[in-house]
Amino acid sequence: MISLGLRGSLRCRLSRILIQRDSFKWHALMAVFLTCVFSCSQAQTVHSLPTAKPQDARLSGFEFMGESTRALQLDASQNPAMLSVREGEQLWSARIGSKQAACQDCHGNANESMRGIASRYPAWDGAIKRPVSLSHRINLCRSRYLGMDQSLIEGPATLALEAYLALQSKADRITSVDDPNVLPWLENGHRLFEKRIGQIALSCADCHEHRAGSRLGASVIPQAHPTAYPVYRLQWQSLGALSRRIRGCFSGIRAELPEPYSDPMVSLELYLRQRAAGMPHEGPGVRP
Amino acid sequence: MSIQTLIDLPPSIMRGALIRIRVSISHPMETGYRRSSEGERLSRNIIKKFSCMLNGDLIFSADLYPAISANPYLSFQHRAARSGELTFLWEGDGGFKHVERVIMSVQ
Repeated sequence: MISLGLRGSLRCRLSRILIQRDSFKWHALMAVFLTCVFSCSQAQTVHSLPTAKPQDARLSGFEFMGESTRALQLDASQNPAMLSVREGEQLWSARIGSKQAACQDCHGNANESMRGIASRYPAWDGAIKRPVSLSHRINLCRSRYLGMDQSLIEGPATLALEAYLALQSKADRITSVDDPNVLPWLENGHRLFEKRIGQIALSCADCHEHRAGSRLGASVIPQAHPTAYPVYRLQWQSLGALSRRIRGCFSGIRAELPEPYSDPMVSLELYLRQRAAGMPHEGPGVRP
Repeated sequence: MSIQTLIDLPPSIMRGALIRIRVSISHPMETGYRRSSEGERLSRNIIKKFSCMLNGDLIFSADLYPAISANPYLSFQHRAARSGELTFLWEGDGGFKHVERVIMSVQ
């Protein structure tokens, strides 16, 4: 509070000086100054990891984690998500399903063909005429071309493949949504993000836009950017998809849980992608 | 899902150096105290013992208990005196046994 008060009085003093000097330009200068104050105050608490732009106020959940959890994510020999990545790597070339085919047969080397894929999903699927999440896309692909059973939504194999693909997108920037087909879904996602729901009557925006950085119990409320999915969540003791994380939030505000791959779920995931456009993908991450 | 392990040794090892060996394994470490959504008790399924051998000689071992989290990660030090084959052995409930072998070359 003291630092806030000081900053406030500085602001007043500076704005007075600026008004005296040049009444026309002070608005612009003030904006620059406030941006500096904002970024300085962030610099005190926030450590490395490149954000999208130098003045980008958006922060990945990584920035809200403790030192030890960050270390766990950054070290590939410690990151528990890497266990699933290895599983995914083996599944990529395994001949399975009724057609005895492998992902590799169509897509080739994932290091090249799957580069940046995780930063471009959810995306439009022409066959079922709706946007699908990466996890859904993997399941569709496995049922269409490998003849696998689709029943295992968010199953360990799907998650492992998703983690393997997420690794191929590490450091790629999340792309903005430009496909005209998905724009109505994006609008719907935005509407859902702002809509108050559940017995507690909270919207996603209430916490993740207006109260990000403050605390909910002992946990810091992050800005909800999907930059590291699928994540190994220490609370879950396992890897989980974005749809699982969203269901966790819905459960917390006592709202009806949307099914994975359902219309509201994919709309929300799409809006989150658009909201995080330009931020770097961290590959499969770790969250508390 | 098959069992996956991560084994980390320093890229180059000088004779006499104190090195850190880090290992983790994919394992649920089910405590035996939880119940499923149907109310049935989930039987205990944990790793009970981890051991590391160099050319058959035990260099490190640890007992693990139900409070240890899933995918247990262990880190230990070893004075690298000679090259050889490192054997990592995880043993647990229900006859669980997993072995990984890594060649360690000491310069």
